[in-house]
Amino acid sequence: MSMYNANKKGFYGKFGGAYIPELLHNNVEELRLTYLDILGSDEFKTDFDGLLKDYVGRPTPLYLAQNLSEQYQTNIYLKREDLTHTGAHKINNTIGQILVAKKLGKKRIIAETGAGQHGVATATVCALMGLECIVYMGEIDIQRQAPNVARMKMLGATVVPATSGSKTLKDATNEAIRDWINHPHDTHYIIGSVVGPHPYPDMVARLQSVISQEMRLQLKQKTGSETPTAIIACVGGGSNAAGAFYHFLEDENVQLIACEASGMGVDSGKTAATSFVGTEGVLHGSKSLLMQTKDGQVVEPYSISAGLDYPGIGPMHANLFETKRASFVAVTDKEALDAALELTRLEGIIPALESAHALASLKQLQFKKEDVVVINLSGRGDKDLSTYMKHFEL
Amino acid sequence: MNRIDSLFKNKPSDVLTIYFTAGYPNLDDTESIILGLAKAGVDLIEIGMPYSDPLADGPVIQASSKEALKNGMNLDLLFDQLEDIRSKTQVPLVLMGYYNQVIQYGLEPFCKKANQVGVDGLILPDLPLDEYKKLCAPLFMQYELTCTFLVTPSSTDERIREIDAASSGFLYAVSSHSITGGDSANNLSDYGSRLAALNLKNPVQVGFGIHDAKSFQAATAIANGGIIGSAFIKALSKEEVLENKIYSFIEGIRV
Ligand SMILES: Cc1ncc(COP(=O)(O)O)c(C=O)c1O
Repeated sequence: MSMYNANKKGFYGKFGGAYIPELLHNNVEELRLTYLDILGSDEFKTDFDGLLKDYVGRPTPLYLAQNLSEQYQTNIYLKREDLTHTGAHKINNTIGQILVAKKLGKKRIIAETGAGQHGVATATVCALMGLECIVYMGEIDIQRQAPNVARMKMLGATVVPATSGSKTLKDATNEAIRDWINHPHDTHYIIGSVVGPHPYPDMVARLQSVISQEMRLQLKQKTGSETPTAIIACVGGGSNAAGAFYHFLEDENVQLIACEASGMGVDSGKTAATSFVGTEGVLHGSKSLLMQTKDGQVVEPYSISAGLDYPGIGPMHANLFETKRASFVAVTDKEALDAALELTRLEGIIPALESAHALASLKQLQFKKEDVVVINLSGRGDKDLSTYMKHFEL
Repeated sequence: MNRIDSLFKNKPSDVLTIYFTAGYPNLDDTESIILGLAKAGVDLIEIGMPYSDPLADGPVIQASSKEALKNGMNLDLLFDQLEDIRSKTQVPLVLMGYYNQVIQYGLEPFCKKANQVGVDGLILPDLPLDEYKKLCAPLFMQYELTCTFLVTPSSTDERIREIDAASSGFLYAVSSHSITGGDSANNLSDYGSRLAALNLKNPVQVGFGIHDAKSFQAATAIANGGIIGSAFIKALSKEEVLENKIYSFIEGIRV
């Protein structure tokens, strides 16, 4: 049994589990009892692989970024999740979960979203499958991310503002969970990251693991070895990192590097770097690391990147942190913006602000000339143009 | 004997439980609300520990929790406010909140403090049975705290039995499939017959959606009593004299 994957009860070491009110028991139990069989079935595999290939555009390229490599005096490969349909890795998960939902006979899909990427990816698969789609989004995020709100609406989704709490991702997730409590039979909740009660973290990690599965094959072809020196990914809840790390978890010689958003700085009080400032706690149904007060109230995070603006991390990552299997790097708003511009100018690729946090870690890390470094470029920067326009005075 | 156990022994029916959020409407209302409720004849009181992310709660309790936190409520303060309560009333008191608050306070310090101020039991809706059995049960026992778990209309008989076996004090039967504050607690008879047929070891209180005399009667018809939360909180406001407000609210329930 791997010490980095979920055990039968959904625990990664001491993190994970299902800390849910009894009102959610049946919903979560139905999924827990069926998800492995569904994901393992030939029917699912055929449908999932087919859609990933022809609809999402997989496999995504593994691109040797020569100018960037030159700049950092090593060999840097970019895993191009930014080239997927809808522009981020989020679609891998929503394709998988919509197939699970159909198998379970669900008619109504709910989701939470922060930046709107997961909301768009969910609205997309619902349009494709003809299912009703309701996306909860913090009232404040609705204002910050107008283009993605419009995309969701055009795709036929209903976007419901979360007006409780701090009116951002955390509260949108609370509202989605409450909706699920109120609709116990016909509704599937597509969570957007490796968070939530068991089996979500494990299910989402499995669906995103296609990223590292492809990486192994592509690395073998391009470098002669399936394993690189290091894999770098940003962590909001941690789904793109989970997907990029998944098939390398047991290769202890592969360094896993998780980049968290530290906003204005780790100690500034305006940060989302959970592993640096968080403590053990329960949020959205699982035990993990959590930004909270000494009284156990969840603290509102801050990051310029809405996709990383979350006060927790998935239990898998809490365990990777605890066991030191992964190293965690904190990246500020400023460093991420600089890295986004650097990639754009060196390679002609405009990254998502989230992915820019992974790129920015290059300045903090040391690699040798012969090392092979893979950076998971989780998404493209179209959605962040207004932020870039403001900061780069475009 | 624990005050909750003696309550249900002496009064097996029509037990009225009221939930309020500590720190709402004003930071220092805790004692006046408890004493007001006790004086108005309420049998059992649930003191809500306000939480930033109350997953199972509807808009009314969310709003009162937010307001209470803004007023400055926290667990140390709540325990301070309860320090003398047992010299003033013997009404059974239960703390209700979310498991993260207890983890962060420290499981044993929390139990010890709760026991010391005279709290009789706990309701932590997101505490899983497994974790309760493994980590919490021995401490709750040591500090004489009952632990009430929730069941719902869609819980299987087997699940209800398992939850009943782990619970103490009373069992919390959620009236319908919804978060707190709905108004759907009127047609409960099937649920009631199912619960009755299971011969549960714990007395049962029906909650969620109980908001007036009629829905309270629907609860008492199928169980030992009912729990009112959102409707009571709605009735409270900063402007009015608490004691009068509490008295007239309870009078309206117990017609
Ligand atoms: C492009 C991109 N990368 C990363 C994330 C962060 O999510 P996760 O940590 O689950 O990969 C998001 C979330 O919106 C995103 O849009």
